This record gives sequence, C-alpha cells and structure tokens, in this order.
Amino acid sequence: MDPIIRMRGIYKRFYIGQPNELEILHGIDLDVLPGEFLSIVGPSGSGKSTLMNLIGVLDRPTEGAYSLDGTKVNEARDDELSAIRNRKIGFVFQNFNLISRTNAQKNVELPMMYAGISSGKRAARARELLDMVGMGNRMNHQPSELSGGQKQRVAIARSMANDPAIILADEPTGALDSKTGRMVMDLFHQLNREQGKTIVLITHNQELALETDRFVTMRDGRLYVGDTGEEVRYGA
Amino acid sequence: MGLSESVRLALEGLRANKMRSLLTMLGIIIGIGAVIGILTVGNGLTGSITGSMSGLGASNIAVTLRAKDDDSGGMMSMMGMIDPEEDDLITDGMLDALRERYGDYIAGIAIGEPAGSGQAKNGRLYANVSLSGANVDLAEVNNLDLLAGRWIQEKDIGGRRSVCVVSDKLVNNMFAGSLDAALGSEVQIDRNGELLTFRIVGVYEYDASTMGYSMASEKDMSTAAYIPVSAAKHIAGASDGYSSLTVQAQPDADSAAVAQVVEDFLNYFYRNNKDYSVMTMAMSTMVESMSTIMNTLSIAISVIAGISLLVGGIGVMNIMLVSVTERTREIGTRKALGATNNDIRIQFVVESIIVCLIGGIIGIIVGTIMGYIGSTLISEPSYPTIGYISLAVGFSMAIGVFFGYYPANKAAKLDPIEALRYE
Repeated sequence: MDPIIRMRGIYKRFYIGQPNELEILHGIDLDVLPGEFLSIVGPSGSGKSTLMNLIGVLDRPTEGAYSLDGTKVNEARDDELSAIRNRKIGFVFQNFNLISRTNAQKNVELPMMYAGISSGKRAARARELLDMVGMGNRMNHQPSELSGGQKQRVAIARSMANDPAIILADEPTGALDSKTGRMVMDLFHQLNREQGKTIVLITHNQELALETDRFVTMRDGRLYVGDTGEEVRYGA
Repeated sequence: MGLSESVRLALEGLRANKMRSLLTMLGIIIGIGAVIGILTVGNGLTGSITGSMSGLGASNIAVTLRAKDDDSGGMMSMMGMIDPEEDDLITDGMLDALRERYGDYIAGIAIGEPAGSGQAKNGRLYANVSLSGANVDLAEVNNLDLLAGRWIQEKDIGGRRSVCVVSDKLVNNMFAGSLDAALGSEVQIDRNGELLTFRIVGVYEYDASTMGYSMASEKDMSTAAYIPVSAAKHIAGASDGYSSLTVQAQPDADSAAVAQVVEDFLNYFYRNNKDYSVMTMAMSTMVESMSTIMNTLSIAISVIAGISLLVGGIGVMNIMLVSVTERTREIGTRKALGATNNDIRIQFVVESIIVCLIGGIIGIIVGTIMGYIGSTLISEPSYPTIGYISLAVGFSMAIGVFFGYYPANKAAKLDPIEALRYE
C-alpha cells in the first residue's frame, strides 16, 4: 500500500545565507499509511510546528521530497499549494480558528466555497457533517455562542468538508478541559475507525499519543520511533 | 470563487462593523454628494440664465456704440459705460436706412431709452416705476405680453404724447388689479420731485424670469413704465439718437450672420468717426458663451469638491488597512482552508468597492436632493443628468479599486503561517 504521506530527507532552514542561518529539521523521513492514526509528540522548540507546517503544505521544505496522496508538493507554486490544502488536507487547530462573523454552517462551507462547489450542495454537505459531529441543532449559531468543545466539533466538521486525504490536527484538545478534550479525541477515533480517515495528530501530550495507532517523537529536529526508539529512517 | 460569493463575503464583513462602515462611507457620501449637488445647481443656473436670455428673444441682436479706446473687449461699451457726444449717436436716419436695406432679415428694431426712476402716486396708493422710453418695435422684440389696451404707437412718438404702458403689478398696487379701472386713468409720476402726468393706454404682464427677480416686496418692487421714446428723451434732456438698441432678426435668419451684417452696415456711417464705432452681439452667441462659462465654472467647483472624494478614498484605504490587520488570523485561516492569494485579494477589493459604491449611491441621492433644493431656490428646479450619475457611480467604484488594492494586496501576500500565529 502506498503511503499517503511520504517524506524523504526533509530539511528546513531559516535565514538562509545569513550569519544567523538556522536549521530546524535535519533530514526527516516519514511515511503515513492510508487509514493510519499517527501522532507526533515532542516538546516545544523541537521543530514539531515546523514539521506540521510542512505536512500541511503551508510551507515548503528547504531540501527533500514530499509527496501527499501521490502529489509532489515540494515544487508546487503558491496557488497549487492552496489547491492541495483545500482538497487534500483538513486542518484542526488548537484555537479552532472559526470565522467569527459567520454561523457554524457557513464555517463548514468555507473550504467547499474555495473549491468552487455550488451553494446548494455546500449547504447540504455542511448539514450532513454537522449532524455527524453532533452539532446539527446548532448550525445557525455564531462561534461566539458556542462552547470550546462545540467550536472544535464545528472545526472538525469543517476539516472534513472536501473529504481530504488526511486530517491534520494541531493540539486539538489543547484549549479544552479534559472532558471535552476526551469527546474530541473520541470523535477523531470515530472518524478514523468508521470512515477510515487518515489522521495526523500533533501534540505534546504523550497520553493522547499512546491511544493512537502509532506515534513518533520529535526531538531537536529529528524524528524517533515511539518514545525512546531509533531515529525514523527509510532507505532511499 | 465567484463574484457573488465575494460580494456576499464583503457584505458580511461590512455588516459586522456597521458604524465603522458608515463612517468610512461618509467621506465618499460627502464627496459624491457635493459634486452632484454643485453640478445640478450649476445646470439649473445655466438653464436659468440662458432661459431668461432667450426669453428676451433668441433672435435678438444687441447693438451698441463702442469706444475705440475701449480695451475691455467691448465690455465697457456693452455695459453702457461710455459717454458719446451727440453727433456720435446712432440716428433714426441710420436705422431707416438699415430697415430699407435689410428689411428682409430684420423683424424689428427696438429702442429702449432709460429716463430715470420714480414713484407713481394716486392718493395713498403708490407703485415704484422705472421710466423707459420705447418705440413701436420694443413690445415685439422684448416679448412683452399685453394684457389690456394697446402698445405705444408711431403717433404717440411723433406727437410726444404723455401716454404710458404699465405692468400688471402696478395695476395691482394702484387699481386693485382692475385693468378696466387702470386703462384711461391718469397717473402722476414723481421723478426726483418733478411731477409728470401720463395716461395709461396699456397694461403688460410682468415676467420675473426675463425682467429680473426682486428682493423687494410685491408692493415695493419697481417695474418698467413704458412711455414714447420721444417723451423719454425730452424728460431726460437727452439729445436725439441712441447709444444702444436691439435689432430682432427674422426667425428664420441666422442671427449671428445678421448681427455681422448690421454691424458692417452701421459702421459705414462711422468710417470717419475717430472715437466710436458700432458693435453688435447676437443673443444666441451670448447665450452660447454664457453657458460655456457656466459649465466651466461648475466643473471647476466640482473639481474642488472632488478633492474631498480623494480624502474620502484615503479614509477608505486607512480603514481597509486596519481591517486587514484585525483580520490577520481570519486571513491565515482562509489560506489554510484553501483560499488562493487572489481569493483574498478579491475579497478585500470587493469590500472596498462596495463601501465606495454604497457611499456613492447615497451621495448621489444626497446630491440630488441638495441640488434640487438649491436649484429650486433659483427657480430653475433641476435633477442631475444620467451622465453625472453614471460618472459618479463609475468614479466611486474606481476609488474603491484604487484605494482598496493596496490593503487587499497586503492581505493577499500575508504568510499563512505568520497569519495563523498572529495574536
């Protein structure tokens, strides 16, 4: 089975050519298989966010090859990156990032709007997704009228809008209490189990990582298998 | 993403900040409103002036003596600020010759000699008048409507009779509006202490649009009382001959060409006069140049008003920049969800255009109302033309694009990672 995410020798450097040049990632290899629920753990400053930005195609690696669902992304232009984010990636953020002036349904419709889907189809799909995350009765609520857990459920519905290849969740429970955090994790497990969604969870919480299929640890710009294992390396 | 989506997004954004959007629009509203209002009033003014000038007779030609040392382009002479000697004046003989030679082109030659102003009295009743010596053609040339009686005739002039034709205003003041009572009555006119008696033989209708508006009350306003030109000359102690008169061209003749012919013909008599010559000006030419002047003037004032549009545009840009900064996270989120740089740029440009467009439309409404009120005050109610309105709409959209592009581009170029992290 071909991996959904295939990264080989990924380097990320900042301030290139300047005296303060900084290498954050030192040649990362990573494969994520379809239907896998992977978590990436690591303390802050380990390069976790930088890796997440690369996986989420918000940024390009300085060096190395990255293909996502068969698409080579390391050489794509800005607009192509936008399209890849739109179709292949569903983002779930720590602080939800819902658009504040629009209701839950319109928020879920947003990725479909940028995909050019007609408003009728969008609305139907948004309702279906909100029903799925248990928010069917709050579709017309503004984000300010929702609790943290509810906001995150809307955000998860939004991440599913264009049926992406992966869901990329960055500390999705970080801003929630343990009870609602649990609910959100259960939702991810449900999506993974029932719909076979590939999920990449980025967290500093090892307990959450332990309940996923597999986890890797980021330390000083390198990935290690599990908690204390070998560095993740695949041959060329 | 389609245009309707962008418009919907923009309206959402504006609705979220109603007060701010309104204040931003205010600059555009004032700018567009001022330009539309001024152009409308200008239109009314032009219409009013040309209307009253052509009311005097579009085919009229003003004939006047022109001092040869007049270096004001004839303006001084036109305004009667000359002091010709008796033998410099245009004589009846010259006019007879003109009639004989060019009678086919000339409908009439009107002579109006001012003979001072005074007050007509009848017991406690009075009316202010300005005495004006008239010849037979004056009524026709000046478009006077006779309500009753007759106009001054050749025999009145020849016999220097003490008859007069007065306005309906005078009849209102002195004869309680009764034309029958007025006709045949004698009025005494006090001209600087000198009492003159005239018999009323006719009443004409006073027309404010051609004879001028009076600030005085109905009761005190001064109207012309026409008397035979010979009588006027006698009263004023003036010599025979005229320094100015009006020629009316035949309706089917080109009045500008007739004016030239009349000028050339009369100047033949002045070929040896070293102080004066004759100049003519067709009313149609005057109306034309007057409307050109008025148009230029209202455009010039509009340009000044347009500067406030520029200020309004800068206000729009300022608010858009604030809005982009405020919505940095939103922009980051949109980009993460798949918005291209162009999607973001269009969203903000459309928002700016809509602010300006709504402002422009409100401005047009405000300007139309102001313009209508303003032009009504000068008794020439006007509306802005379609041209002005489409210009205003186009211009406000252009302002939206011009002043919205920079902030929109700034938003489009935001780095999604930085934008998502923005607090």
